[in-house]
Formats: sequence, structure tokens, C-alpha cells
Amino acid sequence: MTSIYPALIAALRAELPEDALLTSPESLRPYECDGLSAYRRMPGVVCLPHTVSQAQAVLRICHRLRVPVVPRGAGTGLSGGALPLTDGVLLGLARLNQILDIDVRNRCAVVQPGVRNLALSEAARPYGFYYAPDPSSQIACTIGGNVAENSGGVHCLKYGLTVHNVLGVKILTPEGELLEIGGKALDAPGYDLLAVLCGSEGLLGVVVEITVRLLPLPERAQVVLAAFDDVARAGEAVGRILSAGIIPAGMEMMDNLAIRAAEDFVHAGYPVDAAAILLVELDGENREVSEQIFQVRQMLLDLGATEVHTARDEAERLLFWKGRKNAFPAIGRMSPDYYCMDGTIPRRRLPEVLTRIAQLSEEYGLPVANVFHAGDGNLHPLILYDANRPGELARTEALGGRILELCIEVGGTITGEHGVGIEKIEQMCVQFGGPELAQFHALRAAFDPEGLLNPGKAVPTLHRCAEFGRMHVHGGQLPHPALERF
Amino acid sequence: MANLGPELQERVRAACAAGQPLRISGGGTKDFLSPACEGAVLDVSGHTGLIDYAPSELVLTARAGTPLKEIESILAQHGQMLGFEPPHFGAGATLGGTLACALSGPRRPYAGAARDFVLGMHILNGRGELLGFGGQVMKNVAGFDVSRLMVGARGTLGVILDVSLKVLPLPAEERTLRVACGQEDAIALMAGWAGKPLPVSATAWIDGALMVRLSGLSQAVEAMTQQVISEPVSGGQAFWQGLREQTLPFFALQPDESLWRISLPPGSPPLALSGRTCLDWGGAQRWLVTAQPPESVASAAHQAGGAVTRYRGSGDVPVANISPALLGLHQRIKRAFDPAGILNPGREFGVRS
Repeated sequence: MTSIYPALIAALRAELPEDALLTSPESLRPYECDGLSAYRRMPGVVCLPHTVSQAQAVLRICHRLRVPVVPRGAGTGLSGGALPLTDGVLLGLARLNQILDIDVRNRCAVVQPGVRNLALSEAARPYGFYYAPDPSSQIACTIGGNVAENSGGVHCLKYGLTVHNVLGVKILTPEGELLEIGGKALDAPGYDLLAVLCGSEGLLGVVVEITVRLLPLPERAQVVLAAFDDVARAGEAVGRILSAGIIPAGMEMMDNLAIRAAEDFVHAGYPVDAAAILLVELDGENREVSEQIFQVRQMLLDLGATEVHTARDEAERLLFWKGRKNAFPAIGRMSPDYYCMDGTIPRRRLPEVLTRIAQLSEEYGLPVANVFHAGDGNLHPLILYDANRPGELARTEALGGRILELCIEVGGTITGEHGVGIEKIEQMCVQFGGPELAQFHALRAAFDPEGLLNPGKAVPTLHRCAEFGRMHVHGGQLPHPALERF
Repeated sequence: MANLGPELQERVRAACAAGQPLRISGGGTKDFLSPACEGAVLDVSGHTGLIDYAPSELVLTARAGTPLKEIESILAQHGQMLGFEPPHFGAGATLGGTLACALSGPRRPYAGAARDFVLGMHILNGRGELLGFGGQVMKNVAGFDVSRLMVGARGTLGVILDVSLKVLPLPAEERTLRVACGQEDAIALMAGWAGKPLPVSATAWIDGALMVRLSGLSQAVEAMTQQVISEPVSGGQAFWQGLREQTLPFFALQPDESLWRISLPPGSPPLALSGRTCLDWGGAQRWLVTAQPPESVASAAHQAGGAVTRYRGSGDVPVANISPALLGLHQRIKRAFDPAGILNPGREFGVRS
């Protein structure tokens, strides 16, 4: 970078207005990390285009000079996907923040990538619509970032992830060429490129426009809170509700440590002695919700719930959710630092996984609180630690790695919604074998032959996996045996 | 129930080494949907069987050659279904072929498309490598979403070996209503319903009437029945099946006619094309039976922001409307999965429709 840095700056300066180019250390500092602040690195340059054509110019220059580009939305990601490169350009898209069209007749909206998730739902509300995926960072995170991460939220089981709610995108290739994929129709000819782009973590293209599906606001939403003196029984209740043909809008579980932290913080009225609580939200047509609430209450009581409360009114419903939505900051108050994991497991393995996490917690001497998107099996164990104590971060990361490997072992995955980024890149070597990783690299090269977009994230090189200790072992065979090991 | 995975892998490896084209074949019910393809037949219809099914997990895993009707029957025994309500187009329809063609039925706009229900797959790429992507869990963002890329790829990127799908509970009650109206009124009615939280699970305008299927608890179904000024019709199930399988009289063709599928933004006004039209998927999928030349049909659809596929009829087929830049990307993706170009040659996109 040092040698081409002057040429890069000169070229960018010629194309961008002054306020779209940051080069001084103090202006670069805020971009040194995303929501995963354990990883920090100063970017070489930050570009903040106001228009798509400015973003295009940045990519063309970087492509010509072979400078890598890290795209970034609001920087709320939790896996270090927007961690900058010292010798690269950080391309921030937050200023492309216009809602271009709310199309009531076709139940969709066209937005720029920097539009905030919640802002879109708020804009759609007067028309009786909302945008379904609602990651907990929805007040700040952007739709462009949601596409890159295939973000979820608490309503995924019923309403899907980002990939289920995106109809079309416009992307810039690493060469700066604009490609239009999909649109307002429900499908388009050719390969399902939308599926590949959602969750591609900025490696395949820079998203500059998105067409999303809007859903009608439900007539009514109601939540039931159930307490259990046994985590396994709470897990069983989840399976029972789904087997009975009810798909709740949200179904969340918290363990005792998470309950106590949340109750202490927001006073949601959670029973602090419970081993686990379950929040079950039903939404839809008024009478249907009433009937389902009745059925769910009965099932929860039959399964031995120690308490079952239906929220009395909208205020109490929001209070029940407030406890859950503030679980992370609540745990942040209990401990100087916490580290959030994001594995997904088949739901039936939950009791066993929680038992093993408790054992690992003891082994590493670090408390773990568990928050669980119970409906879809996405588990967020939060490891409590103190970064100021020597060695504790390293121990935390080691414990986190063990938890993710446990998720793989029971048939799950290392990341349900936060992405691989830089954080879980080594666990990718456990989840996938050499041939799958090689296929990912080949697919990526179809979009980005020079590997200029967000290099080093999401998919590890085979060499990195060979250097990493624990590896994917398939049928007793060591993967990529041709590689030297160091 | 048999696992032919190892034999299939050996066949693909050998074909790759020899540069021998392969034509992947399952139940043989969907050949009419893709261009002709030359190659030695790779028969996956014997690769069958349910691998895993836990109703409380809402997940089913089965081998690609498993007949669709077998999967649907097992699900029904547990009060569940495939949410995308796929058409079979013949008795031998398999799970793998249905996904390779990305086929979804009347429930699609309300419940999701075939690709939306795919959680994971094992495939053989064009080198004969056995690869696993996704898994059996609802949320999974580790690695690129290759499983969903296989849906609708017409077997040109890989041989689907087994698939994990999300499944849905069967609705407690279903009822079909009929409202006599013209095409424009039907489009407006469907758009209005889609804008409200109603238990609609299918809508179609055909032969001068709007058919609507309600699914859900009886309270919700009854409430909406009262809102729609109409009477429930009997034989609703047979109607939706006839629409899905294209066995209704509407789909019978004269010798000079073709059946076109037009995919459009759902609220698009009626297209100015002669022939007879059926609106499906709330207006997002339109069936046109016409003797008009392919170019007229294609250009009307493109102008309205959509795309066409010819389902039935004879003669030349227009090339899919994929921009040159996107087409280049398609070709590079094809090479990334199948560098020797042996999987279903002729069925790649852009060469022919």
C-alpha cells in the first residue's frame, strides 16, 4: 500500500467530494472496528460516497490499482465482517440512505443500502406494512448490511431471514460494473444469485440497491411467558407447540443467569428462581390469536410450567420483550466484558448442549448465560469475562471455539445469524472440509477473480485451515493431505 | 430405499475424466421444461429414501430420487406438508427434479418458494466431489448458500444427492371461495387482500372468476368468508390441484398454441396480449395460452418488468432475458462448479431458454 498510497489518494480525490474521503488518523479511528470490538485495525482510507456513481468510481480505482475494499454499513455486525484492512479502502455505504419507493400495489419497497432496518418498517407502517427481519440491532443496522449478513431476528421461524424477504438487488462488481438481479417479480430467469448474495459478507459484490418484500402488519400480537424449573422441559414445550401445528411469530428461551441479569436491569417481572423462561408470541388475525393463546397456555401447563402469564395489555407485552431484547446489555452490567456466540443446533439436542456448555463453563472458569431463539434453534451463549485480566480473553475465545465445535458435533452450525467474518474463520475449517472450502473459493472467483472484496473474511484459505489445530475430519481421513503442516 | 451415492459419484468422476456429457434423470416428468440435452443418462431415480424426519423439528431430509408423493404422504401422516405445494407433472416426480426446476405451486406467494424451504444439501459437483452445504437447522449463515443456488439450476451445477427441507403444519381448515369478476378487478382484489393479515393461501383468476383459498383455524377462515361476498365452493381441493398440475380445461392447447408462464410484479395491469389468461400467485404468475409469436409474448413481459418461460407447445423458444453482464457471471459460475462442462450440457442459461 505504501508505494501506491499517493496514487490511490490522488485518484480518489479526483472523483470524490472532500467530505467523502477520510485519511487523517483521527477521522479513521471510528472505523477501526465494527460491533465486534475485540478486533481492531486502522483502515488505510475511508470512502463515504453520497451516490452510487461515486461508489462505482471508488471500486474502479481500487480495481485498477489492485487495492482491496472492505464494504461497511452501520458497522453493527458481530463477527468482524467490516474489520478494515490497513492496506485497503473501507467503503462505507451509510450515506446511501434513501427509501426510493414504497410500492403498495406490489407489496414491496426499493431502498438504498444505508437505510436503517427500523426506519424502513416505520416508513411502511402508514401503509399497513412492515419489513419482517428484525435483528436486535434494527434501530441502527442497515438493509445493505442485513443482505450481506443474511440477518435474522426473533421472528425468523415464521417470517424467514433476509434471504426470504429480498426480491432483488443491484450490486457493483469489483470492477465497478452495475448488475441488476431480480426485481419486483417473485422470481427471475437464471441461477438464484440472490440466494448466494444474501449472507455473502461483502465478498461477492457491493449492494447498492435492494427491493424487499413488505408484509401486512398483523391485526394483533400477544405473548405468553412461561417459567420452568427444568431447562429440558422448556425445550420439550417448544417441540410440543410446533408439533401441534402452531408456528409462533417468536419463541425465545432464557436460562437462569440471563433471566436474573435481565430482571435486574429492566424489571420485566420475570420469575428469577426459574431455571428457564419461554416467551411465546402469537400474531395474526384476532380470533386466531385468541384460539392459539388458549392452546399454547394449555400445552405449557400440561408440560409442567411453574407459571404461565399472558401479557395483560400491550404495555406488558412490550415489557416482557424488553427483558429479552435487553438481555445482552443486561449481562454487560454483570461483567466487565462478554462474548456472544451464535451457534445453531437441532432443537431436540438442546438439553444435552446446555449441559455440556455448563461443563465447559466450569472447565474454563468462565460463567456462561444462554439466550436462545428456541423456535429456530439459534443459541447465543454469552461468556462473561474481564479483558483486563491477563489471559482471560484468550481463554474466552478458546471456550467460544469449543462451544461452536459442540454445535457442529450435534449437527448444527457455527453461525446462525451473525456471520463468520474474521471471528469464526477458524471454526469454518471444522464445519467444512477442503473440497467445500475450495468450492466456495471457486464460486467467489466467479464474482471477484482478483479477490479484492473483503479478503480474509468468511471463507478461510486451505493453508489457514492446515495451520489451525482442529480440523474437519470426514470418514476418518485428514482433509487436504497434500498440504504441508507447520 | 437405496443409497446410490458412491456409484453416482464414481460415474461423475469417470465422466469428468473422460469429458463425457451426462444427462441427469429422475422421474422423467419435467423434461418438457428444459431445453434438450445430449449425454449419457445419469439415473438418480434409484437414489431414494427418507434419511431423517422429526416432526417436532419441522425438518425432513430425503434422497433426491425419493418420489414426491411418498414424501407428501409421510408428512400428511404427521399433520405436515411441503409449504411450497410443488406441482408433480407426472406420477414419477422426484424431490430432486422438483428442486432442480424450482417448482412451486399455488401457496408460493403466501408461504414461500421451493428455495425458501431448502436448509441444506449434499451434491456432486462436476468433478464428482461430494460436497455438503447448509444443514438441518433453520438458521445457518456459515459459507455461501450453495444449497439454494442448486434450486432452479436445472442440474447444470451439480447432482443433487439429498436435501433437508423445512416443512410446515397442515392448516386446521381450508376453504375455497369464488368471486365472479374481470381481470382488472381480480388484480385489485388480490392486492387488497395481500395488504391485510388475512388467512389467504392461494388466489387465481380463471374463466372469469377469482378463486381464493383460505387456510387456518376455523375462526379466521370464517371471519374472512364473511368479508368476501361469496359462497364457499365445493371441490376446492380438486381445483387447486388441477391448477397446479395444469389439468384444468384452461390448459388444453390447440395445435398452434403454446402455454407461457409469465412472472411479473403481482400488481401489474393485464398484459395486452391476445389469447386466454389465468392469473396465479396473486397475480405474480400468469399463464397465457396463445398462438402469438414468442417474441411478442417475451417483449410484453419484459416491458412489464417480468420474464417468460414456455411450458408447453412447439417451435423455437426465446432466449431467457439475462443481461450480457449477468450472462458472463452465469458462465463463470457454471465453470466454477463444472469445469469440464459435463452436467446437463445445453441446459445452461442464456444459450437457449
